[in-house]
Amino acid sequence: MERDPRFDVALRLEVEDLYARYVACLDQRRFDEWPEFFTDECVYKLQPRENHDRGLPLCTLAFESKGMLKDRVYGITQTLFHQPYYQRHLVSGLAVSAAADGVVAAEANYLVLRTRKNEPSEVFNCGRYFDRIVREGGALRFREKLAVFDSELIPNSIIYPI
Amino acid sequence: MNAPDTAPDTAPDTAPDSAPDTAPDSEVRPLEWPAIGPSRVPFPVYTDPALYRAELERFFYRGHWCYVGLEAEIPAPGDFKRTRVGERSVILVRGADGAINVVENRCAHRGAEFCQQEHGRVKDFVCPYHQWSYDLAGNLLGVPFRRGVRRDGKVEGGMPPDFSLAERSLVKLKVETFNGVVFASFDHGLPPLAEYFGPEVMPWLGRVFNGRKLHLLGYSRQRIPGNWKLMQENIKDPYHPGLLHTWFVVFGLWRADQKSQLVMDAHGRHAVMISRRNEGGKGEVTQGVSSFKENMKLHDDRVLDVVPESWWNGPTVTMLTLFPSVIVQQQVNSVSTRHIVPRGPGVFDFYWTHFGFEDDTLEMTRRRLRQANLFGPAGYVSADDGEVIEMQQHGFGGRDDATTISELGGRDVGSSDHMVTETLIRGMYRYYREVMGL
Repeated sequence: MERDPRFDVALRLEVEDLYARYVACLDQRRFDEWPEFFTDECVYKLQPRENHDRGLPLCTLAFESKGMLKDRVYGITQTLFHQPYYQRHLVSGLAVSAAADGVVAAEANYLVLRTRKNEPSEVFNCGRYFDRIVREGGALRFREKLAVFDSELIPNSIIYPI
Repeated sequence: MNAPDTAPDTAPDTAPDSAPDTAPDSEVRPLEWPAIGPSRVPFPVYTDPALYRAELERFFYRGHWCYVGLEAEIPAPGDFKRTRVGERSVILVRGADGAINVVENRCAHRGAEFCQQEHGRVKDFVCPYHQWSYDLAGNLLGVPFRRGVRRDGKVEGGMPPDFSLAERSLVKLKVETFNGVVFASFDHGLPPLAEYFGPEVMPWLGRVFNGRKLHLLGYSRQRIPGNWKLMQENIKDPYHPGLLHTWFVVFGLWRADQKSQLVMDAHGRHAVMISRRNEGGKGEVTQGVSSFKENMKLHDDRVLDVVPESWWNGPTVTMLTLFPSVIVQQQVNSVSTRHIVPRGPGVFDFYWTHFGFEDDTLEMTRRRLRQANLFGPAGYVSADDGEVIEMQQHGFGGRDDATTISELGGRDVGSSDHMVTETLIRGMYRYYREVMGL
């Protein structure tokens, strides 16, 4: 009998490690590596909770392929003018809820702090990840990442991935 | 204990039908406007608290129609949404009879902002504090213990005999809709919308809102640390898009060598920037433009999968600035309203409502949603608008002696058949000075 994925310690550690590497990549501004956390066919969405709860489809960002993620990286590093800032992601409350056909469903709360040059750190965006994870070439990758944020007002703009 | 302060946030405007023109006004601090005219704007216009209070009164609370939402957001009787006119919280609600009402979200009793849900469906409104209840048009239906409480054959308390429900309704705003867009005002003496926007601008509003039912796609909300007028200026400024926004210039969505038209109303307050997409690429307008990336190629160009629509009638982009409160965007297949909500001299909230039309195919809806990646608080051609506005506000700080300059295309005000001009900004400040007496 297959083990209940919620209590599969090895799987859980592997998912935790995926999140740890994912947020470290973003917080350390290694943006070129960000698309590699995803499968070629993938979905990345950043959506206000208001829209999510009401069934309204609009997202703040909605990408449908690794190519679109690479375009976003080009956009934020080469084209989008912005005041630079650090991000610090805190992820907690991981729930590995199901695994079917090799797909792991995982959810976790996240909090992103923003620190601008010469400014104190501040709460930037908080929400929950709703993810689908698959094993590809021995490593876990996101097939879908949906970040639904509570933050009712975005403090001006969101440039870097969450 | 202190007596509760029941005064509204600005002018005493308790009677629904009071003539706002006679309401007391904040004093406008004398400000020396440069003799050269509206091509210069002194920095205090963006920072001075007294000027800001006067702007709220003169632009948002009287004399001007303000955007409050779309009919599609409240399709059925009892549907409501909370929104704002200026800083004031108001409720857009569809009455039992299907009529569209806008009432101030402030109980007539003790001033509580009684409605705390962003949207929903109700039969009536009840203030939780003392349960004063109002119908969907804002009429006071009843108050508890109005006739007192009977005890031992004696009536104790109650409202005075001359207490009148009719005189204690919520503040009702004047409302007019145009093909699914709702405007409201605390000022009941306003001319009809068609006259307010004028014959130059009205056809462009009617191009986007031509009577089809709208299909709501969702919201984006951001807080931009800058003066609210800077957002109006940003969308009256055809100078920056081909310079700040790489995506516009590389992919030919907006650049100085396009066939374009700038239109304004007779007052210079409302405007439309109209243009047609070209092929992009290298050209005279990209020489020396650091944001132009000649070799930029998308890995996945579905975000720019533009399909012309019959209602465009030519232009691929029209940006309407409807003074003071809203921008209507059609940029290729992405359509939205952008609601400006002032929150102080140096900050405003910006609510985006994206929509499509009832006859959209699923593919068209998907296309509009994909192109939404260009716009909003993270969008390829919008996130940086908020960023530069914040930088402007920083730049204004502590310098009451300096001005902005808007002299591209001259110093006069008028419509234009090209976009190498800042005439629309000058038009807005010509009007601003008239209303503010500056």
